[in-house]
Parts: sequence; C-alpha cells; structure tokens
Amino acid sequence: MTEATASRPTAGKDTPMVEIDHLNKWYGDFHVLRDINLTVSKGERIVVCGPSGSGKSTMIRCINHLEEHQQGAIAVNGIPMNNDVKRIEQIRRNVGMVFQHFNLFPHLTVLENCCLSQIWVQKKPRAEAEKTAMEYLDRVQIANQAQKYPGQLSGGQQQRVAIARALCMRPEVMLFDEPTSALDPEMIKEVLDVMIELAHEGMTMLCVTHEMGFAKTVADRVIFMDQGQIIEEAPPTEFFNNPRSERTQLFLSQILGH
Amino acid sequence: MTATTSNSTFRTEMIEARRAPDQRRGVSGWLRANLFSSPLNSVVSIVVILVIARLIWPLLEWAVIDANFIGASRDACTGAGACWAFIGARFDSIIYGFYPEGARWRVDIVFAMLAILVAWLAVPRLPQKKWVALFALVGFPIIAYFLLLGGSFGLEYVPTRAWGGLMLTLTIAVVGIVGSLPIGILLALGRRSQMPFVKAVCVIFIEFWRGVPLITVLFMASVMLPLFVPGNIEFDKLLRALVGIMLFWSAYMAEVIRSGLQAISKGQDEAGKALGLSYWHRMGLIILPQALKLVIPGIVNTFIALFKDTSLVLIIGLLDMLAIIRAGLTDTNWLGFSTEGYVFAALVYWVFCFSMSRYSQYIERRLNTGHKN
Repeated sequence: MTEATASRPTAGKDTPMVEIDHLNKWYGDFHVLRDINLTVSKGERIVVCGPSGSGKSTMIRCINHLEEHQQGAIAVNGIPMNNDVKRIEQIRRNVGMVFQHFNLFPHLTVLENCCLSQIWVQKKPRAEAEKTAMEYLDRVQIANQAQKYPGQLSGGQQQRVAIARALCMRPEVMLFDEPTSALDPEMIKEVLDVMIELAHEGMTMLCVTHEMGFAKTVADRVIFMDQGQIIEEAPPTEFFNNPRSERTQLFLSQILGH
Repeated sequence: MTATTSNSTFRTEMIEARRAPDQRRGVSGWLRANLFSSPLNSVVSIVVILVIARLIWPLLEWAVIDANFIGASRDACTGAGACWAFIGARFDSIIYGFYPEGARWRVDIVFAMLAILVAWLAVPRLPQKKWVALFALVGFPIIAYFLLLGGSFGLEYVPTRAWGGLMLTLTIAVVGIVGSLPIGILLALGRRSQMPFVKAVCVIFIEFWRGVPLITVLFMASVMLPLFVPGNIEFDKLLRALVGIMLFWSAYMAEVIRSGLQAISKGQDEAGKALGLSYWHRMGLIILPQALKLVIPGIVNTFIALFKDTSLVLIIGLLDMLAIIRAGLTDTNWLGFSTEGYVFAALVYWVFCFSMSRYSQYIERRLNTGHKN
C-alpha cells in the first residue's frame, strides 16, 4: 500500500458510490462492453487502463448516461439508473466529468463556465455561484484568469478550468476520461498535480488514463480492460509488479518498456 | 581597469543623417502606398479611375446635376436629368399607402418606436437591454397593432386593405423576420430531435414549405384558404399573407440554423449533460448561442431575401411600396417617370438591406471570443 492510500480517511469507506452490475452494451452488432461488474466505494480512487477500443471510456461514460447501456444495472450513490430524464439529471448532478478535449464553453468566460450549472441546475444566486467558482478556480490555481475566454488559455489551463467547473457542482464522484491525452507534455504535470491533490482530499475518482505514474501514486485499484471486458483488477503495486494475465503483461511491457 | 571612451562600446563620431521616414499616413501617404506604389500600379490606377469616372459621371449627371428636385407637377421637370419631383409628389402615398391622412400620425408613432427600439437594441452602450427586448417583442407589437388597426380607444378603424407603401413593406418584413427566426429555431431543433414523431413533423413541414415557391404560397393563402374554411369566418388578407410568409421563411431559417447546430461539436452537449443541465438549458445556454453566432451570415442573408421578397405581395393585391410606386407610374399627370420610381424603390430597399448586412458584420466581430474550434 502506498503512502497516499494509507493517509486517506477511512470513514464511509465501504459505502458503495458506484455500482455496475452485469453491464452489457452493443454498438449495433459490436459488443463493446461484456458483462462488466464493478463496485467503487466512497473515497476510492480507480484507474482504468487498457488498449484503445477496449471500452474503458464507454464504461465510465455509462455511469452518467452519456452512453446508453442495453443490459445490466448501474447505481450511483444508491440511485439506480433508468431511462427517466429526471433520474438521469439527478445522477449527473452527483457525478462530475472531465473530458479529453476539455469541452469548455467557448462563448463564456472561465468564471461563467463555472457558474452556469450552479445557477441553472442548483438555482444558486449569481453572487454565491461566483464565490464558489472563485474558490475552486483558486484551488486549481487559475483564479487570475477568471475573466478570460477558454480560447485564450493553454490546454493545461483549460483542463484545470474544466476540473474546477465539475467540482463547482460539489459532485460525489469524479470521472476523468483521458484528461491528459490531448495535452502537450509540459502541461500534463499541472493537470496531474490537481488530480493528485483532489485524490488526497478523499474524492471518489474513476480515471481512464495512461499516466502510470499517477496510477502508482494515488490509485487504490487499477483496472485493466481489453475487448470490452475487465481482465484484471488489483492494487497498483500488485498490478505493476505482478500482473496475473498474459494480456496485462503484454500491455504493461508495451507502455512501460520504452 | 581603466575607463576609456575610445573602445568599441562607445561611438565617438556622429551618425549620418537618415532618410526621412516614408510618409505612410494621411491622404497622400495612403495614395502612394495603395495606388501609386510603382509605375505600373500608377498607370493601372489612373486607367481604372478614368473608367470609373466615365461610368459614374453620366449617372451623377442624370441623378443630381441635371435633375429637378422640387415641384408640384410635371411642369417642374425642365432639366435633362431625373425629375425627383415625381417622388416628392407621391411621397406620402409611398410611405403610407391609402392610410387616411388624419390618422397617419399613428403610423409615425409606430415608425418612431420601431426606430428607437432597433437602435436601442443595436447600440451596445445603452442599458436595460433585457427589458427593452421584452418590450420590443411583447409590448410593441400590441401597441402597434392597436395603433395601426384602430377601432378601439376612440381611434378610427383603418382596415388593412387601406395599408400600403413603405409602412406595409416594413410591417410584413418585421413580422416575417421576428416570426420566422423563433419558428426556424424550433424547427431546426425538432429536425435533430431523437423523438421520431417530432422529427417527422419538422422534416415534412420544412420540406413542404421549401419545395413551394413563395408566389404559390401567397396565392394559396389569398385564394385557396378561404375555400377550405367555413364561409362565415373571414381571415384578413394581410394576416393570411403574413402567416404564409412567416411559415415559408421559417423553413429556410430552420435549415440555416440546423447547419449551425451541426457545426457545434458533440462534446459541448456532453459537457452540458455531464453538468446536469436539461435539454432546454443546454440548447438555450450552450448550443444555440454558439450555433446562431456561427450562422449570422446565413440568417442575415435570409432576412435580406425576406425583406426584398415582401414586394411579391403585390400579386395578391396588397400594395406595398413597390406596388404603390408602380401604381403612381400610371398616373396620367406623371407618365414617363418609371426610371425615377424604380431607382428610388431600389435605393430604399438597398438602404435597409445594406444596413442589416453592416450590422451583422459588426455583431460578428463583437461576439468573437477568439475561439477557433
């Protein structure tokens, strides 16, 4: 067990935050997700890795219903997912998401980006929303850019704003969909630093990422997926030092070998 | 270490005087830089200027120098050029049509209100945009309706068949523009809807109206519609034309807006979803502001086409500005002034359309947030 895991508060550790039960999904005839079972406890940090096309993004996108599944059940914070729009929106309020391409709203300033859902979803007064937004922007160290438009920021800065924007909703779970894949190498660290800090504060996190250093530092569990299945699931030390399946060994040798 | 001025760090002799900087500002500087920068360019410039002058001069001579501007009858037309006295004599009917003279102040008030509202909304410095916009969309139409039509509050009733001229043109254009944009937005959203029924209705609606010429729509509205409704209900002819024009242009508008919606990346919608925003919030706050900004040129293009096509209402007997001018040409006191009439009509249309075009360019620059996606 790494230091990070040891220092994590253990309160409510066994409360399931995300429950995925026998999840199956098809794109037409293509079976993208095969019988996925995963339970994420409150405060747990999960890193999902695997080759491209293995269904890892699709899986975490199912958690806030950006993708629809055909079989199985998903529950977030005890709320079971169904096709009811109100139910889906209720779940989404509990789930923050950070995208590979940031997806900031280019026609709004950084501050407005962070206030939008607070004002329209949480119905907060503008002043209060701005206060919360500035708090989180300050935490990702970008408060001084609050009045700028996303187009005026670097990729790393945009991604930090995107994290702040998701945090402003005070979510119970954060989903990261390859948050550093679209960044220039020198900007990856500033985003990872924010994510590591967040992990240390006890946020429940599911990260699809190829940053193995990040996985080693903060993950409680690493999940390896291939061809729509969870192949291996283990604490990072075990996962990296002693992978059980051959497929995992091959993957690790390919990404760590150079 | 000894300090000395004879080393290479310091210069001991004066620099030679430099050539005076090129004159780049002012008229002469601009001319030199843009028209006469080389002998060949100078020759080309002079030739082009001569050709333009050759073409413009006769026009200027006709329209201004040899023209007569003031006069009450054709006896005033003594010059070799245009006789604008014709326009002057018909000016009131060009503006108001057959609207009774005693009630024209009502039209003036509506014109003035329209001008003030448009200016207020167009100039960014003026405050309280939200309330002014609300008034322009709700209060103003009601006031304009009661003022123009009359029949209540002690105002004389003026049936729409007495409406005409620029007043009618503007009424049709403003109603068409204000009506077709929101309907077009709803149709565009409907056409991209996941709900099969909504989508089918929108596709059929759009394809129907786009596939029919506007003239046919107007004929149907004025001739065929009365055949299908019970005899005792009578819709106003202008109202029927307005509805026809609005629906016709909303179909075009829908396709323009849909092209904008398709240019917005899916990630924007997903980001909105992930934040828990509802469909209408996502559309209203995230997707449409970006999509509409992208298609401002297309929207204004449609507005301009709409504005000019209002002149087609003359075929169903509504006397818009162009129809009034045409009617004036058959006035036996003023035979032979068709050129003046049409040039004047063209000029009025051009002023309105060009203003819309310029304003749209200004808006595009203003909304640019430096994001190239």
